[in-house]
Amino acid sequence: MIEVKNIKKSFGDKPVIQDVSSVMKAGQCNLIIGSSGSGKTVLMKCMVGLFEPDGGEVLYGGQNFTDMKGADKTEIRKEIGMLFQGSALFDSQTVEQNVMFPLNMFSKDSYKKKMDRVNEVLNRVNLVGSNKKFPSELSGGMKKRVALARAIVLNPKYLFCDEPNSGLDPQTSLVIDRLIQEITVEYNITTVINTHDMNSVMEIGNYILYMYQGNKEWEGTNKEIIFSKNQRLNDFIFASEFLRDAKDMRMLEESGKISNDRNMDELLDKDAPTLVPPTDDN
Amino acid sequence: MTIFSDIGRYLLMIKGMFSRPENGRMYWKEFIHQCTEIGFGSLGIVAIISVFIGAVSTIQTAYQLVSPLIPPSTIAQIVRDTVILEFAPTLVCIVLAGVAGSRIASELGNMRVSEQIDALEIMGINTKTYLILPKIVASLLMIPLLVVLAMALGIWGGRLAATATGIISGSIYDKGLLEFFVPFNVIFALIKAYVFSFIIASIPAFYGYYVKGGALEIGRASTKAVVVSCILILFADYILSALLLPT
Repeated sequence: MIEVKNIKKSFGDKPVIQDVSSVMKAGQCNLIIGSSGSGKTVLMKCMVGLFEPDGGEVLYGGQNFTDMKGADKTEIRKEIGMLFQGSALFDSQTVEQNVMFPLNMFSKDSYKKKMDRVNEVLNRVNLVGSNKKFPSELSGGMKKRVALARAIVLNPKYLFCDEPNSGLDPQTSLVIDRLIQEITVEYNITTVINTHDMNSVMEIGNYILYMYQGNKEWEGTNKEIIFSKNQRLNDFIFASEFLRDAKDMRMLEESGKISNDRNMDELLDKDAPTLVPPTDDN
Repeated sequence: MTIFSDIGRYLLMIKGMFSRPENGRMYWKEFIHQCTEIGFGSLGIVAIISVFIGAVSTIQTAYQLVSPLIPPSTIAQIVRDTVILEFAPTLVCIVLAGVAGSRIASELGNMRVSEQIDALEIMGINTKTYLILPKIVASLLMIPLLVVLAMALGIWGGRLAATATGIISGSIYDKGLLEFFVPFNVIFALIKAYVFSFIIASIPAFYGYYVKGGALEIGRASTKAVVVSCILILFADYILSALLLPT
């Protein structure tokens, strides 16, 4: 479990995070959502210690990480895995070497044992047979999966994912989301995901923290988000007409007013609206 | 004010490098890798420059020594001392600031921008120790060796030019090399080489490590690193000459 207590962070005179508190539970996907500039990446970087917060504290399993120094901080960091937005793979190393890097640094196991572990995690992220490839030879989705394999190779207790779906097509995004969710449950990891992707919010959002201008605006689950009356949240999540319709549909489903297996053919059979050709007056 | 905050950050970076390595073998591997990159990667350019510097020095010295009272072997003495005292340590290190320095700045800058340094930090690795210290230690080992090689090749290049153009014979050149030789000159050159090595590795590492932005900023940091390194090398050259050479 990760506890965030009254975190504050400013850059110069500009406050970026103002008194944010939250609890991220183990074995579930905890999402931080919000528009660009809302402070979600800064919050995540404060949580992992890349930024020093101006106030407040971050607790990992009850231990105050913010005040820790040197070796104690390193010990906690060994329990953290992170998937970066741009994957952050080492360009000059192969897939295998990238995944093996944390093991080489921190494990005293034999080479064979380490290699078995590398193959195990690469198999877990469905990347068999790519061991000798370099990051430049991989697609965006494959890079994310290698980065995920590297993040979990030391069996972390905490997994942070910064925009895991950025630059990926919807189908690949879904694959990555499901992979993260499965791994979270399988290894009972406290996973924190920073995302813009609404598919992720609906698919894997066990807990959602919505940030607005550096403040915690709303928190809840992906079930509760449908029924939220928070205007800012609704404007952010259901930004398009299509998503608003989808929300209405989902609300009807959730409240049992329409069946989950509604017959779409009936809807499609209806006459399509006639398009009026534009005239010169328009 | 920026210059003072930069100096402060530079000193903190140097202080931050000295921590216990997480895994000695990985650090050793990185050190050997840096030795290969800095040492062997610059070998070609150092060899070419040294030979030509020696050759040009011989021709230009002969051009200026027109008095029949000065023995021809003096040309070899002048070339030897100029190469050992100035050309091999200073000129070669200025070239290395461009070759190795820009590589160090752009490598670290690229790692910073693509979040690779953050990834290492998250793993619990002291990035200053892992990424910067091996580069500085490798420079301190390899650059003085390159300077010694540059001395030998520069003197040899001078002999080559002397015999090829018929300025003086090889035997007179060899005789001149042995006359009035001051061993301290070599020690002085090595002291300069060690000071310059530290500048060549640490200044670009500073600019690369703290780069912010994208590809454009990496290029700017790399250029700035080379310019600042060259200025500091010339400044250090003056200070060391004023302090260590008896005048």
